[in-house]
Amino acid sequence: MTLPPLTLPLAQAAAGVDPWILVFSLVTVAVTVWMGFRSAKSSKTAGDFFVAGRSVSVGWNASAISGEYLSAASFMGIAGMVMAIGYDALWYPVCYACGYLFLLLFIAGPLRRFGAYTIPDFAEGRYDSPLFRKIAVCFVLFIGFFYTMPQMKGAGTTLAYIFPGLPYWVGVAVVGAVITLNVALGGMKGITLVQAMQYWMKIFAISVPVFVLAAVFGGYGKNLSVNAATPAERAALVQNVEHPRLDLPAKAPADEAWISPFGPLTTKAAKAAKLSPEEARPLSLLYTYSLIIALVCGTAGLPHILVRFYTNPDGVAAKRTTMWVMILIGVFYVFPPVIGVLGRNFMPELYNGIGAKGTDKIVLELPTLIRANYGVLGSVLSGIACAGAFAAFMSTFSGLLVSMTGALAHDVYGRMLKPDSTPEQRMKMFKFAAIGIGAVSVGLGCCVEPLEINFMVGQAFAIAAASYFPLLFMSVWWRGMTMKGAAAGMLTGGILALLAAALTNASNLALDKGPMGKIFAPFAPLNEFWAHHPLLRILCEQPAIWTVPLAIGLMIVVSKATAKDVPKDIRMKMLVLHAPEALGLKNEYIQEHQSGAGH
Amino acid sequence: MRRQLVLSTGCALAFLIALLGLPLVNYLAPAIMAKRVGGFTLAWLILGVLFFPYVWAISFHFIRRSLALEASEVKEARR
Repeated sequence: MTLPPLTLPLAQAAAGVDPWILVFSLVTVAVTVWMGFRSAKSSKTAGDFFVAGRSVSVGWNASAISGEYLSAASFMGIAGMVMAIGYDALWYPVCYACGYLFLLLFIAGPLRRFGAYTIPDFAEGRYDSPLFRKIAVCFVLFIGFFYTMPQMKGAGTTLAYIFPGLPYWVGVAVVGAVITLNVALGGMKGITLVQAMQYWMKIFAISVPVFVLAAVFGGYGKNLSVNAATPAERAALVQNVEHPRLDLPAKAPADEAWISPFGPLTTKAAKAAKLSPEEARPLSLLYTYSLIIALVCGTAGLPHILVRFYTNPDGVAAKRTTMWVMILIGVFYVFPPVIGVLGRNFMPELYNGIGAKGTDKIVLELPTLIRANYGVLGSVLSGIACAGAFAAFMSTFSGLLVSMTGALAHDVYGRMLKPDSTPEQRMKMFKFAAIGIGAVSVGLGCCVEPLEINFMVGQAFAIAAASYFPLLFMSVWWRGMTMKGAAAGMLTGGILALLAAALTNASNLALDKGPMGKIFAPFAPLNEFWAHHPLLRILCEQPAIWTVPLAIGLMIVVSKATAKDVPKDIRMKMLVLHAPEALGLKNEYIQEHQSGAGH
Repeated sequence: MRRQLVLSTGCALAFLIALLGLPLVNYLAPAIMAKRVGGFTLAWLILGVLFFPYVWAISFHFIRRSLALEASEVKEARR
């Protein structure tokens, strides 16, 4: 893409680079590209590109979904958050992992049995409405771009960490270009193998440093026990004097607030309003619940995850895959909080930095502590962690790119613009669309440097929770749903969640001391308003608690009002969604090898 | 389909009780949840470690029952 201007900053930056970190990162990128090229050769049909020929086995698919799911926010963000705010941050890994249970229980099997290529396919097929496909496509792109921005930020900051002095945008552009190439060459089949491998890379890159660090500095429980309410209690709990905890800077939250529930994260709004701790507690409980709903329902509504279920051979395989995904990501999510805890005890100076220069880089930085005692091993460990971070944002971005590209090439081009196109034409379109969307993503990624990774991810989840989750859940299980009901609920819920997220973002950016603060200065009075109405602030920052019920309620009310529009063959549609394949009712919604135009 | 829905709902309830109950217990009985177990506070141990195996157990149970239900559905339909 923009190769010539790259060489200069690269040459300058290369001076201060740790060779081990560089080697591990380069190997990750090289393996990704090589595997992409290799599997690109076997991607031939349109089915290969969109749903990997529907032939991905349970083990591969589970690894691939897990690899795709564990993003920059999971790999770097969670450890940083646990370090920064303590107990309340644990809800993130738990809900990221457990949201899959909802997918497994209610959505995975039926969705696969319907036999579509994309979620918009499902939306159109379930309601016989081309209009609804258009609405669904918009949401795929919308949620996709929202979720792409934090991945790009992760890429930019990690590269800036590895090459001190490298401009932020270079990292974004390089990673964007590599992944776009991969996706354009191999489509879904190409990235399945890469993502599966990247899962194992990530679990290796997070667990090995944890085990080594724990062996040197003491285990999970021991390091937590140092964070006790009173010094007397602390003295009783700590037997390990070999590695005493370092002093916390003034900016770090106190032990009591850090380790107990309803800490700094959930009491921020109440503190701004100067409420007493007693008054603040119910608000914290509300915040916690809303966060849980957003994360659990949002997981079950992310289009780039959902599209993967279509790559399973059948509904039974889809269910088995989901179970393995839960185990794989559950194992992963135990580790980042351990790093957060160790970071609080042994790298407290990071509390003084902000964002990418602060607790967010604890996963990359903490292994270097080993350097003092074990020399080069510390660099190797840090290199492994960097390789994991690379794998994290590369795999998630490639998944997002495939789902967004699929929406454009299959739904917009193949279904709306040129319904009589041949599979070859649509495959060509897939490649063009991949390059286009890759370029837009890089552009967007360059704009979001001041925003926090986890915060942006949370917003993408909140929007998905209020739009796609209600749509899928209700469409699969309630035969009385009509297109109008589904559209009304999904649009209202999604747009309100988006507005709430935008308002919170704007008021946060207004506090920024850099150029962004000037742009968003008109929103500064909003912070004044929040200070007087902490409840409204919480409902705006975490909107899921009201948007999800609102969306489902609207779907029911509007569907009842338009009951005459229920599709005529609803009984058959429900059978296709729920009947086991062995009954022979299955009828792939999209059939590749039919005579004529492909499908 | 109805039996599948009953099964799904049952599993979801077991999950939701734990997920939504934990903040409530944290809220109502902070002293108990702050008790130390091997260095962890009870609240931390449950959320940070024990929650994952619990969810695995639910999903394992669900898969087994759900696939058995499908098999019996097929059998009934073939008769």
